[in-house]
Amino acid sequence: MKVTEKDVAYVADLANLELSGEERAGMLRDLNSILDYVERLNELDTTKVEPMAQVSDRYGVSQSQQGSERFAYASREDVIEGLRKSLPQEAALANAPDADGTFFRVPKVIER
Amino acid sequence: MEITQLSIEAARSAVQERKTTALALAEGHYAQIQKEDGQIGAFLTLCKERALEQADRIDRMAAEGKPLPPLGGVPVAIKDVMSTRGVRTTAGSKILDKFIPPYDCTAVARLEAAGAVVLGKTNCDEFAMGSSNENSAFHPVRNPRDVSRVPGGSSGGSAAAVAADMAVIALGSDTGGSIRQPASFCGVVGLMPTYGRVSRYGLIAFASSLDHIGPLAKTVTDAAIVLQTIAGRDPMDATSADMAVPNYVAELEKPVRGLKLGVAKEYFGDGLDDEVRHAVELAIDKLKGQGCEVVPVSLPHTGYAIPTYYLIATAEASSNLARYDGVRYSYRAGGVKSLSEMYRRSRDEGFGAEVKRRIMLGTYALSAGYYDAYYLKAQKVRTLITRDFEEAFRKVDAIVTPTSPTAAFRLGEKSSDPLAMYLADIYTVTADLAGIPGISIPCGRTREKLPIGLQILGKHFDESTILRVAHAYERAAQAGS
Repeated sequence: MKVTEKDVAYVADLANLELSGEERAGMLRDLNSILDYVERLNELDTTKVEPMAQVSDRYGVSQSQQGSERFAYASREDVIEGLRKSLPQEAALANAPDADGTFFRVPKVIER
Repeated sequence: MEITQLSIEAARSAVQERKTTALALAEGHYAQIQKEDGQIGAFLTLCKERALEQADRIDRMAAEGKPLPPLGGVPVAIKDVMSTRGVRTTAGSKILDKFIPPYDCTAVARLEAAGAVVLGKTNCDEFAMGSSNENSAFHPVRNPRDVSRVPGGSSGGSAAAVAADMAVIALGSDTGGSIRQPASFCGVVGLMPTYGRVSRYGLIAFASSLDHIGPLAKTVTDAAIVLQTIAGRDPMDATSADMAVPNYVAELEKPVRGLKLGVAKEYFGDGLDDEVRHAVELAIDKLKGQGCEVVPVSLPHTGYAIPTYYLIATAEASSNLARYDGVRYSYRAGGVKSLSEMYRRSRDEGFGAEVKRRIMLGTYALSAGYYDAYYLKAQKVRTLITRDFEEAFRKVDAIVTPTSPTAAFRLGEKSSDPLAMYLADIYTVTADLAGIPGISIPCGRTREKLPIGLQILGKHFDESTILRVAHAYERAAQAGS
């Protein structure tokens, strides 16, 4: 078993999940089963292989461009409202479970 | 004229020539939804007001004799992971149960600008995570070809809506096979374009390096028309490519004679159902009959695609889904005393089991001490899988495979075993990882009359060739030659 109950609790904490006792037991079983399966990646020697984080810098741009030049097409001047106006405050708050017209409201953060 | 069975061009020209109206087309499709969807469950939200307004606009254009745009009056459905201004958008999740987006997804806006009438939002696996549509927080979707079976996933609602004539076309999203696999299960056409070909602005993110938007349609021509409409650079999505968009519909008519089609043994190994194998082999023969040359190719890292995919997709998802914290637009648990308790309880109550499982796996794969062993390792294997395709595409113009190892399975059949469910995507995840385009088209049925899908994979930004091959197959199959 790769993942222990303690790991599940730690990862749930990182992920901002609480999880019931039953869910934690299920997670322990499923994560171990999935991680056992992904273990097969270790059959491959990847010491000299570059990681691939995404596709966009690989295709659709000239091969003569290097590094961040490859994303030059996607850059723009850094100006306020460069592409479109920001959402009006009212629209930005419209979906909030709790708002006071100016701010999002959340439970107290600092206890004293 | 059966108004729920028209192609895009037949519908548009019927409205243009005043043989019918956009309003009648919309009403006809709503009547079909009324009749069928109680059993199928393809829709989560209908937006009749928006649809009828657009239909009216198109009808007025037609009445004035103005030329209609390419999708003028065509009723369409949108997977509920794409934002629609003023229309509830849930991603199939309780956590977004009441979310009303303040803006439109670019792909949806482009469809509407081309005259399409958006009927409503289709059901899907929660946050597009699933291969059967059973992970919807609202209700599962049933396969219109056999209601005891799943429609596939995660764009199951979109595939079912098209298959049951509840929409002419639908938009879906594909991260590991979520357009092509349901297309295969429901017997419709599903196209995943090249990564970057279609803007994802307004798409609720699952795994950003893998997410694609594309059409589900009844014919290859309709899929080409939709791609034409939604493709092309969008400044609102930095990953949308700055590449010219060819005329896909015109390209369909080019001959396929002499095209080299790769067949990889890795896609015909253990786990492939015999009836599916047989149907796909017959389809390949049919393409040979059209003058295509079949060439063996090797994609040796195919067997590593599922583990690679599940590490990368879950890692990205764990980060993307961190935004659902009960503050700005998602569900908030009641009776909480602290901020931290609010985050946790809101997420616990708002997310379903599979979403939590993937957030946990992804968080684990990214956590200190495991990053190199899992996430980085998977990114390196992603390079190997991509190189396999680059190598193969030096020799061939397209690669043909089965879309899914089996036809549609039964509801409940795989829902208790996450790993078995993941393997339903074994032939589709590779294209998402490499960023190449793929299309699934119907190629026959099993003895139980379940649809089988043929997948055609192409080079980066070469949707034209796979559409052309798909079109040639479709025509040959209809002619029975």
